[in-house]
Amino acid sequence: MDLTRRTLLKTQAAAAAAAAANVTLPASAQNILTGEDLQLQWSKAPCRFCGTGCGVMVAVKDGKVVATHGDMQAEVNRGLNCVKGYFLSKIMYGSDRLTQPLMRMKNGQFAKDGEFQPVSWDQAFDEMAKHWKRVLKEKGPEAVGMFGSGQWTIWEGYVASKLMRAGFRTNNLDPNARHCMASAAVTFIRTFGMDEPMGCYDDFEHADAFVLWGSNMAEMHPILWTRVTDRRLSHPHVRIMTLSTYEHRTTDLSDMALIFKPNSDLAIMNYIANYIIQTGAVNREFVEKHCNFRLANTDIGYGLRPDNVLEQRAQHANDAQVSNASSFEDYAKLMSQYTVEKASELSGVPKERLEALAKLYADPKTKVMSLWTMGFNQHVRGVWANHMVYNLHLLTGKISEPGNSPFSLTGQPSACGTAREVGTFSHRLPADMQVNNPEHRKHAEEIWKLPHGLLPEKVGYHAVQQDRMLKDGKLNAYWIMCNNNLQTAPNTNNETYPGYRNPANFVVVSDAYPTVTAMAADLILPAAMWVEKEGAYGNAERRTHFWHQLVNAPGDARSDLWQLMEFSKRFTTDEVWPAQILDAHPEYKGKTLFDVLYANGEVNKFPLSEIDPAYENREAKAFGFYVQKGLFEEYASFGRGHGHDLAPFDTYHQVRGLRWPVVNGQETRWRYREGYDPYVEKGSGVQFYGNPDKKANIMGAPYEPPAESPDAEYDLWLVTGRVLEHWHSGSMTMRVPELYKAFSGAVLFMHPDDAAKRHLRRGQEVRIVSRRGEIRSRVETRGRNKVPPGLVFVPFFDASQLINKVTLDATDPISKQTDFKKCAVKVVAAATADAGDVQ
Amino acid sequence: MRRSVFLILAGLGPCLAAGTILAQDAPRLRGPQPFTRETPAPPMQRQVTDDVRVRRNYPDQPPVIPHSIEGYAMDLNANKCMSCHARKFTDQSQAPMISVTHYQDREGNTLGGLAPRRYVCVSCHVPQTTAKPLVDNVFTDMDALAEPERQPERGRH
Repeated sequence: MDLTRRTLLKTQAAAAAAAAANVTLPASAQNILTGEDLQLQWSKAPCRFCGTGCGVMVAVKDGKVVATHGDMQAEVNRGLNCVKGYFLSKIMYGSDRLTQPLMRMKNGQFAKDGEFQPVSWDQAFDEMAKHWKRVLKEKGPEAVGMFGSGQWTIWEGYVASKLMRAGFRTNNLDPNARHCMASAAVTFIRTFGMDEPMGCYDDFEHADAFVLWGSNMAEMHPILWTRVTDRRLSHPHVRIMTLSTYEHRTTDLSDMALIFKPNSDLAIMNYIANYIIQTGAVNREFVEKHCNFRLANTDIGYGLRPDNVLEQRAQHANDAQVSNASSFEDYAKLMSQYTVEKASELSGVPKERLEALAKLYADPKTKVMSLWTMGFNQHVRGVWANHMVYNLHLLTGKISEPGNSPFSLTGQPSACGTAREVGTFSHRLPADMQVNNPEHRKHAEEIWKLPHGLLPEKVGYHAVQQDRMLKDGKLNAYWIMCNNNLQTAPNTNNETYPGYRNPANFVVVSDAYPTVTAMAADLILPAAMWVEKEGAYGNAERRTHFWHQLVNAPGDARSDLWQLMEFSKRFTTDEVWPAQILDAHPEYKGKTLFDVLYANGEVNKFPLSEIDPAYENREAKAFGFYVQKGLFEEYASFGRGHGHDLAPFDTYHQVRGLRWPVVNGQETRWRYREGYDPYVEKGSGVQFYGNPDKKANIMGAPYEPPAESPDAEYDLWLVTGRVLEHWHSGSMTMRVPELYKAFSGAVLFMHPDDAAKRHLRRGQEVRIVSRRGEIRSRVETRGRNKVPPGLVFVPFFDASQLINKVTLDATDPISKQTDFKKCAVKVVAAATADAGDVQ
Repeated sequence: MRRSVFLILAGLGPCLAAGTILAQDAPRLRGPQPFTRETPAPPMQRQVTDDVRVRRNYPDQPPVIPHSIEGYAMDLNANKCMSCHARKFTDQSQAPMISVTHYQDREGNTLGGLAPRRYVCVSCHVPQTTAKPLVDNVFTDMDALAEPERQPERGRH
């Protein structure tokens, strides 16, 4: 019934009259709700979006999420959310949610060139299993692969890791987090022997200076930015210095912006190290007691295909990860080349600004928090860049104490909790263990109750390599879960799409919505999302945070957890494990992968009765035991007692997350420092106990140029990235009308002079052309991003402007993370573009 | 009074059915079909500038901004939004005063003005363009669950 303004006024008039007469009217005649109608069921959950890990309160009524707000009790955000977080209520309700499996079919059969048609879960899994078995039989485990996610819950990542490594015996499992923070993760291990930050968000309230290296926090980590701005505006002595290749909302609120030429951040950091050494600001005692010096191999290539001339020309493309023990003197000598003149010349930043920045690090009285995200990590020398910032903190001893904090921010809600801690990278096992370490594999086999020798030792294909191997026909059965890789991988027209449509391959995509990636798959599986399942994420400050299932997923959509475990039932050990292992361990013969991986006496040991009766739990009901608890407790046994201690499962449903290691019920805010970290021995002060000698590595490395720089023809730098209102590829936020209308499509941010030079007006359609491909976009010469002449910025959230057709698939050769921040393009008016010189 | 809720999702059938999404907008969500096809860039959208308040989806939703904010300063020296929305200027501007929650610091103390943690208005409040939503959003307003007969058909977005 449509209630018009006129009838509304009438009912209100009636209510007023009734009140005067002391009569109660029926509810439909009142203009306010009372009693039962007012009740909402509120529960806690972490936000679905970035790695900040804000707490939200979620209201449910009649089986639907009807409201969300920032959780006042959540330490991370204390009641605040960003605009995306405030609209979480609507992300599950885009009307094109996937509710049934869809398979490409012709004449009732699967056909690679068929049209999508709805099928049952049984049909979907039957077809999938058929292809997996065929590929395993014909080519072996190395032809099977999976691309997972930093948005997977902890148990989803854990289940996937077991299924791929122990079930199918391949390490071809990698998360989209490879594109996001592999450089950070790899450098933590190389420097400290353990992954993830030593500090935490409490550093925001203690620092005197914030230095942002390639991080637009105001848009990408807005709630952490509220803590930075709070500190800056409440304490006048505090300074914010932001290094970036263009100006943006973060530089708007900074005391100083240092706009540098792409890749020259390496030279700036080495200059600061040199300044610290030359001015006698090295904390000698700290360095002698707690640091080793190493020098990295140089001239290490760009992670391109091996036949690329840049790889063939590079001296150490094949041993890029190698470094050699060195001394303070040799390190100081290498740094001594980086004078302020040289750094200024390479970077284009005025000398006075560089000096002001160097002074902050050198002054022992200034507590410095360094923050970085994709500007550092998506960098052909991303590992070096991470090393170089640790060098500054280690040289000065400004580390592992309140306010002195080199801090790597993450982009995905469980990039830390799942991709890194569970170990869904192609080289990792849980709790920082590595697949190529026989002791680590043995330990995993013991915890998993699996026969010795089962786990494969060969490091699997990383993200970019998976795309290349799909294209080359070497990876043939492929499952993509919880990511939109065809929109977000580099050089997609040439290196990603061909592999998905390669007739030799069967490609499966699990997602909640029909994304670009899903549309290029052979089979689409409908996924439950966020509070449609019980979950756990781990944020950037080591905080593990749980939530309950609050509503049911629509139709036949099921969680990734259910999908992985259910699929495992279709394989027996005899089909996928070598005969010699089964002969030596006949008790495993004839069992399904589900039996040996998940019904192993550990994962299935908690009964349904332990589930909080106030909440639904579809996975537990489907499998007959408290799946999430069993998986978590088995997983936690990897890290307990080894510096990765997690609290008992049930605790996490009570608290707003806890920062590991959780020892004797206490979380750890600052690692490696006595008094804060229970793993540090009494009297030692500081111990970087991830390394056997308990020392951190100061790694010397030079400036090296990017893989591709602008030239006469491709005369502009292209930087890609995100915007506040959309999250990554936009598959959730573009379906929320308010967010879509806040930023209704990608644009090309360009300097007005560059536009004028090309006779382009604001709003004009242009082609953005690289050596790889081109897209069409619209020129924006105003707005939030102010790029310098010679550089353009394009966000990647808009599926109609797939900027990754243009980007270059160069990676850091050590971390294998793509550099999405620099390649060369030209921009021409759409009508006059010469398409002939594009491949 | 409790009514059973009409399940909109049940009626949708296969996700890729026509009708839930406008064809010309599909690439914005799903990319071009096939992937390799080149798509024209849609025109840039006009800002909403009508100053008409938009109903919130739920009480805690930050209201959207019904006017243009182009060129507004938001830096260490100035916050242009506050020149209308600060308490002391609202009688001249007739703009809504910033919420009382915006006076509270991280510890919950009430301050004499805008709390520094709330300084960056555009982290939460965003202007809108006149673009039509790409796809229906079937989010349900809590009032519609309590009193379905009072809800106008619109308001599903």
